[in-house]
Amino acid sequence: MSVPVSWYLLLSAALFAIGTVGALTRRNGISIFLSIELMLNAANLTLVAYARQLDQRTGQLIVFFVLAVAAAEAAVGLALFIAVFRQRHTIDVNRLNLMRW
Amino acid sequence: METLIFFIFAALALGSALVVVAHKSPVYATLSLVLTLVSTAVLFLLLGAPFVGVLQVLVYAGAIVVLFLFVIMLLNLQKEGSAEGPGAQLWAALLGAVLFLGMLGLAFRRVALPAPPPLTAESVSLKGLASDLFGEYLLPFEIVGLLLLVAVIGATVAARRPGEPASLSENEEEIAP
Repeated sequence: MSVPVSWYLLLSAALFAIGTVGALTRRNGISIFLSIELMLNAANLTLVAYARQLDQRTGQLIVFFVLAVAAAEAAVGLALFIAVFRQRHTIDVNRLNLMRW
Repeated sequence: METLIFFIFAALALGSALVVVAHKSPVYATLSLVLTLVSTAVLFLLLGAPFVGVLQVLVYAGAIVVLFLFVIMLLNLQKEGSAEGPGAQLWAALLGAVLFLGMLGLAFRRVALPAPPPLTAESVSLKGLASDLFGEYLLPFEIVGLLLLVAVIGATVAARRPGEPASLSENEEEIAP
C-alpha cells in the first residue's frame, strides 16, 4: 500500500512549525540559523511531495535552487556572525540591538 | 512496507527536529540536524526523487552542516544560559505553531488528493531532470551560479579581520618599509 501524499505534506507542515518555534524563541544566532535550515528543508519536502502528486519534475528542480540559496545564505550568515562575534564577543540576539531602532 | 519506512523516518525526522530546536548546546543541535536531513533524504527516495535525496545528503549534510560545525567551534560558543527565559515569547510561538498546524491539517482533511500516478522508470530518471535543468531552466541555473559567486565573495569580505586591507597584506607590509 502506498503512502498518501497528504501525509508527507502534513509531516512537512509539522517540521516547518517546529522550525518556526525555534527561530522565534532561540537567542543564540547559530540556533536561529539551524531552525531556518529546518524550515527550508520542510519547504523542500512539500515541493518534492507535490512533484510526486502532479507527476512533474518542476518541483524537484526548484529544490535544487532552494538548496543553492540555502548554501549561499548559510555562508554569508555565518560569515556575518563571525564578524559580529569579533566586535561584540557574543551572538546572543537579545544583546545585538545595533540595528533595532 | 513503504508505510513502515515512511513512519520510521517521519518519526526520526520529527524527533531530531525537536532536538534541534530544544537542545541548549549548538553542537548537538547541529548533529541532530544531520539526522533530520538524512531522514528527509530517505523520504525523498520514497517520493521517487533519488537525485534530490542524494543531493540533500551531499550538499546539506555534507557541506552546510560542516560549515556550521566549523563556525561553532571557531566561535567557541557556550551553552545558552537559561536566565531570563523566553516565557511569553515561547508560548506565543507555540500557539502560532499549533494554529498553523491545525489550519493545514484541516485543509488536508477537507481536500482529498487523488492517488498519484505510479512511478515509472522515465519519471525518476536523471536524464529528464538534467534536460529540464539545462534547457527550460538554464537562465535560473546561471543566476544561481552568480548568486553563489556573490555569496562566496561576500562571506570572504564579511569574515575578514577589520583593518586588514587585503589577503596578501603581510607580504606587502614587509616590502613597504
